[in-house]
Order: sequence, then C-alpha cells, then structure tokens
Amino acid sequence: MKKWPQVVLLFWCAMAVIAPWLGFQPDAIDLAHILNAPSLTFLLGTDDLGRDILARLIAGAGVSLTVAGVVTLVTFTAGTTLGLVAGYYGGWVDRVLMHVTDVFLAFPGILLAIAFAAVLGAGVDNLVLALCLTSWVGYARLTRAQALSLRGRQHVQAAQTLGASTPRILLRHVLPMLAPALLVEATFSIASLIIAEASLSFLGLGIQPPHASWGAMLRDGVRYLLVTPHYVLAVGVSLMSLVLAVNVLGDTLRDNFDVKR
Amino acid sequence: MLLKRLFGIIPVVFGVLLLTFLLSHLIPGDPVEVMLGESATAADRSALRAELGLDQPLPIQFVRYLGKLAQGDFGASIHSHEAISHLLAQRIPATAQLALLSLAIAIMVGLPLGIIAALRYRRWPDSLATVSALAFAAMPNFWLGPLLMLVFALWLGWVPVSGMESRLSIVLPALTLASGLAAILTRMTRASMLEVLNEDFVRTARAKGLPERTVILRHALKAALLPVVTVVGLQLGSLLAGTVITETVFGWEGLGRLLVESIEKRDYPVLQACVLVIALTYVVVNLLTDLVYARLDPRVRFSS
Repeated sequence: MKKWPQVVLLFWCAMAVIAPWLGFQPDAIDLAHILNAPSLTFLLGTDDLGRDILARLIAGAGVSLTVAGVVTLVTFTAGTTLGLVAGYYGGWVDRVLMHVTDVFLAFPGILLAIAFAAVLGAGVDNLVLALCLTSWVGYARLTRAQALSLRGRQHVQAAQTLGASTPRILLRHVLPMLAPALLVEATFSIASLIIAEASLSFLGLGIQPPHASWGAMLRDGVRYLLVTPHYVLAVGVSLMSLVLAVNVLGDTLRDNFDVKR
Repeated sequence: MLLKRLFGIIPVVFGVLLLTFLLSHLIPGDPVEVMLGESATAADRSALRAELGLDQPLPIQFVRYLGKLAQGDFGASIHSHEAISHLLAQRIPATAQLALLSLAIAIMVGLPLGIIAALRYRRWPDSLATVSALAFAAMPNFWLGPLLMLVFALWLGWVPVSGMESRLSIVLPALTLASGLAAILTRMTRASMLEVLNEDFVRTARAKGLPERTVILRHALKAALLPVVTVVGLQLGSLLAGTVITETVFGWEGLGRLLVESIEKRDYPVLQACVLVIALTYVVVNLLTDLVYARLDPRVRFSS
C-alpha cells in the first residue's frame, strides 16, 4: 500500500509502452457503435465517433508521459546549465538571467504557455516548444541560488586552488550537491507538465484530432456529459491518479532528501 | 525599501510589455496571412499590415505599441473591428467577480481546515484535511469543473449547467476555481500552525492561564498567518490563469473566455491584450502582497 505511487506510475508507463501490442485502434471510427455504454467489447464504452474510449485513454497516457518526459529532459538541462553558470560566475550574466526569469514569472501559471502555443499554432511539436519555453525557469532559479551559496564553500575553493577547470568544478563539485533538490523539483515539474499538456489540449492547442490526448478527450466528454458520464469520469480519474502519484512521489523524495522548498 | 520595491517592478513591467509585444512576431510565416486567411486579397493584406504597423522596423513598432498603451489604446479586434479596450471593459467585471468570490471561498475553507488539521495533528480530522487537500491539488479545473457540473447541475439540478443568466450561475465556476487555492491554503496553514504551536510564546500564553481559544486565535494564528499571506499572493496568479480554463468550461463570459475566443478566431491583438492585462494584474497583486506582508510583520519594514 505504501508503494502505491510507484505502482500507479509504473502502470501508466507500462500501458503506454505496450499499447502498440495490445491490438487497439484508438483512432478507428465506428459509426455503428456511437456513445456506447461500457460493455465487454468496449470496457469503457465508445465516444461520439464510435471510438474505443479505453484504447484512446491508453494512447493519451502515452502522449501525456512522452510530452512531460521530453519537456522535463530539455528544460532540466537548459535551466540547470543557465543557473549554474549565472550563480557561479555572478556579475552581469547573473543579473540578465534574473531579470529574464522575473519577467517569465510575471506571467502566472500556464498563461504564458497558452500564449506561446496559441501564436505558434496547434500541434504536438509546438505544444512541446511552448512548454519548453516556459518550464526552464524553476530549474534556473533553484540552481542559481544554490550555486551562488556553494561557490564560497571550502571544497569548491580547494578544487579551484588545485587548478581544476571550471566545467569540472561545476559538474563534480557543485552539481552533485544540489542533485537532490533538482530531482525533487523535476518530479513536481512532471506533475504540472502533465496538467499543462492536458490544459492546452483541452483548449484545442495541443495534440490535434484524430489523435487522442486526455485534455481533448475531457473536452469531448463534457459535450456528452449527460449521455456518457463515464467518459469524463474515466479520463478525469486517470489524469488525477497519475498526477497524484507523481506529487506524492515528490513529497516522499523531498522528505527523504530533507529538501526545503 | 518601499521605493526600492516600487521601482523594482519597472524592469519587470517593461519585460512583460516586450514579451507580449514579441508574441505576435512568433507567429510562423506571415502573421497577416494567418490572421486573414487564404481568401483575403492583396489589398486587404497590405491594409491590415499598415494598420498593425507591421511595415515598420521592430523597435519603432514597439515604441508605437507602448505609446498607444499609455493612452489606454489596445488597438482593434481583427475579427469584429471593435476597440479592444471596450471588449476588455465588458469582460473584466465578470472575471473580477469570479476571482474575488473564489478567493473568499478558498480562504473561508482553507484557513479553518488548516487550523483544525494542525490542532488535531495525526488524528482523523488531520488525515481527512491532508488527504483531501492532496486530492484537490491533483484535480485540474477542466476535470473538477465537469465533475461538479455532472453532480450538482445535471443530477441534482441545484444550479445551472453553464452560462451566466441565473444568480446561481457563479457557484460552480467559483467552487472550481477556488479548489486549488483552498487545497494549498489548507496545507500551508497546517504546516505553519504546527510550527508556531511549538514556539515558546505559545507555551507562555498557555502557562499564564489564557483560555485555549485566545491562545490559538490571538497568539498562534497571528504568527502563523504571515507565511500564508505570501502564498495567497503568489497563488492568486494561478487563480487568474485558471479563469481561462474555468470560464471556458462553464461559458462564463469573462476575460479568460475572451482569451480563448481570440485564440479560436486567431484574433492576435485581442489575445495579446488579454495576456497583458492578466500578467500586469498579477505583478500588481504581488506588489500589494509584499506591502501587506511588510505591514503585518514588524521584522520587515520597507522604510529605512
């Protein structure tokens, strides 16, 4: 019971990975079976175009996890590098970075991602780009603050005296010290990226039809809320289970590493 | 310090203006073509290009943009040719109403829950509050909204499904919008109260025989609320951004709905204006939060 977040996360990852071998056709339209209730053939029923909701739910999980994974990888690398350099060197590089992050943080929540996605145009590439453009800020601020305080530490000064190169100091003596905090940050960031992807898709900005995504499915489901309430419920519960699992995992990591937010 | 904080927002505001201005230049290809569609004639295109000032170099465009904004001129909608300032004036009251009601709900739910959870630490009221806060934090507005709609509008029929005709129409969008902030407030108040309850001054208050009520409400709560104020200010931003989704779910004709409509119609000047208004509101809210914090906490004084 205590390991349920790991189990839920693994479940969705596994479903996303084995989806191609399950023989589902998430995009196959079947007008003879529109808005069916759950049955043995369609475990979660069908949507307004007769598509299998379970198949689309699994396809959507894949999209959600892939987008969150790719964006996390890119922004983690970019944000951490920027923060390390700015915090370690200080000076004008640091001031410029701080001003830029201040501006990005002035746009609350998902607003800037919506704006970027809207002008870039719909589609999964632009969705990833919009999320990358807005999600690096947290890593940069965190790394910068830590690097700033670490550069005066004795072990860093010792490395400097011994003539270690700056990249080596940053990678071997500074980065490892803040790995726990970054890992916790990344975990929470994955949860908010899953929500962000679904939000943008809900607004019609993310993954385009006929392909499935949780946000777009929720939007479709709301239209048939009275006829097929299980549609919205299935997608919502799936989304919530994944986000909850990742968040609880983040809490556990934070407590284990004793990281302060 | 107060002046420093006030002047500190100038570069941020400038950056926000620059970034919103640059948004329309991120449109891939020719923005005019994207806005007008393929059926437009060459004359239409050059007319719009001149109207938007796109034939000028970027810095000049930006200065003109700032100059117009300073006069309260946000330009005109490409779709309806209405003045954007007029559109904003129509929509902002609805959003303000929704956001303020949500804020009030979040505070009225989050604070008491957090206090009760801290006082009943590790007993069932604490577990209940903690678990529900976690669950609601994991429920984005576009999932909680339809859920509330299903239960309270479609099944129970207590409130309208959507729109804003009835006085009860605001209930579901306000509850939806409040949920996230209420969850965070519960967690923050609980953590803050737990910390304060172990402090010496609380023990002193109890030792001198004050009633428990006074100890909690007058001594502990006052100190515990300080960090909570900052969180409310910061999270008001998420609430503002949340109006975009919530208003879309419930057909609430506010600023957020206007923003989504502008995306659907590719009405980029309107989109820019909405984003700008929300971001600037957030900057001001954060400034106000800092000022309130400084007034509440004697340790922070902006005057030198």
